[in-house]
Amino acid sequence: MKYIDEFNDPDLAKRLLDDIHATVTRPWALMEVCGGQTHSIIRHGIDQLLPSQVELIHGPGCPVCVTPLETIDKALEIASRPGVVFCSFGDMLRVPGSGKDLFRVKSAGGDVRVVYSPLDALKIAKENPEKQVVFFGIGFETTAPPNAMTVHQAKRLGITNFSMLVSHVRVPPAIEAIMTSPTCRVQGFLAAGHVCSVMGTQEYPALAERFEVPIVVTGFEPLDILEGIRRTVKQLEEGRHELENAYARAVPAEGNPAARAMLADVFEVTDRAWRGIGVIPGSGWRLSEAYREFDAEHRFSVEGITTQESSACRAGEVLQGLIKPHQCEAFGKECTPRNPLGATMVSSEGACAAYYLYRRLGGTPAPAREAAPVG
Amino acid sequence: MCLAVPGKVIEVEDRDDTRMAKVDFGGVVKDVCLAYLPDIAVGDYTIVHVGFAISKLDEASALETLALFESLGIMDEEFGDQWGRAAAEAGAERPAGTEPVETRS
Repeated sequence: MKYIDEFNDPDLAKRLLDDIHATVTRPWALMEVCGGQTHSIIRHGIDQLLPSQVELIHGPGCPVCVTPLETIDKALEIASRPGVVFCSFGDMLRVPGSGKDLFRVKSAGGDVRVVYSPLDALKIAKENPEKQVVFFGIGFETTAPPNAMTVHQAKRLGITNFSMLVSHVRVPPAIEAIMTSPTCRVQGFLAAGHVCSVMGTQEYPALAERFEVPIVVTGFEPLDILEGIRRTVKQLEEGRHELENAYARAVPAEGNPAARAMLADVFEVTDRAWRGIGVIPGSGWRLSEAYREFDAEHRFSVEGITTQESSACRAGEVLQGLIKPHQCEAFGKECTPRNPLGATMVSSEGACAAYYLYRRLGGTPAPAREAAPVG
Repeated sequence: MCLAVPGKVIEVEDRDDTRMAKVDFGGVVKDVCLAYLPDIAVGDYTIVHVGFAISKLDEASALETLALFESLGIMDEEFGDQWGRAAAEAGAERPAGTEPVETRS
């Protein structure tokens, strides 16, 4: 087993793998909906250690990758305007919009800044009252509470030169969309651990019941992922379809009640387009009426921007698990981390980037990372 | 930004009526908001996502995860020089004014 020595507890990894091998009797397709898990799986070759009957489908779990092209174009438009300080997480810098990205906006003289936390953007707004400071609020349920708190603070402290371009997404409606798709092959889900740290697990039993699909809350480390797979396969082999929590050390059943209360105050559920996939009903959050004044789309009048996605990029099919990244004709040719056609090739969590960095198929060995380690 | 990283609370204070902490992530110290985990105290370990503590974690699990993240270069991805990485990946010059600020203690 070529990668197993790299696990932090190779003996436990071997026991978990032996158990999975002993349990499985027929083919099963499991989906993880978390970019962190996707990268861990590819980086450690977990999919190659599993029995051939167990297939892992890499779902739309990277928030950077599913942020719609249209929203990226709105961000680029706002960031290019004079008097604006545009703050973003570093992952968004090279996500391609229709013609450029935030990195190029910065190189052309735009005031784009990378922040570690949305509160850093609020601090910049407080210190620069003559500027309009905008934060790019993307992410799943884990990132939404920090962004919600930041808008709440802006309102409470009267920091009116702050606004947020909001593109939050929610996992349960995505699971519903995947399960109701006519091309769906998914028979079990690994649910994202940190999403559940915030939201708890109560949204999932009804989905497990309705679609007769096991859902196992799973962590990010290789051993956590093996345990999540082991429990999902066990349920499938026993004909069960339940919600199980395999990441209880970080996921209480009720999640984080304070964070959930803040989400309910600052955001409201809305339909949201997912890049490459299209609109999924009820799958997003936008600012609620009480906080609408902090909505950057409205403040900068960019609601009218609409854009078409490139047909050469098959990221949508990758995100739905219909093809693996290397099955896209552009993979590793026109589309590389240096010249990405889609977001999945850029983000450190994207499935295409994971395949490119750790497993370049088609004869050439995986290249060294283009970026030197930094820090 | 997608990951949540465990760290140790080394200082707690109230700032603008919000409970804030300094959290040590294996040598990198960051300001972290405790609004969603108000009962956490100095010496505790917590999982932090984009500057917010989201859940408590036992010390053994936290140290194990930190060591793993460090060995995989994930700590640098999270806390390192984002502009430098983007420039290297783009094969382009680093934009003016994006030189890294030293954050390691």
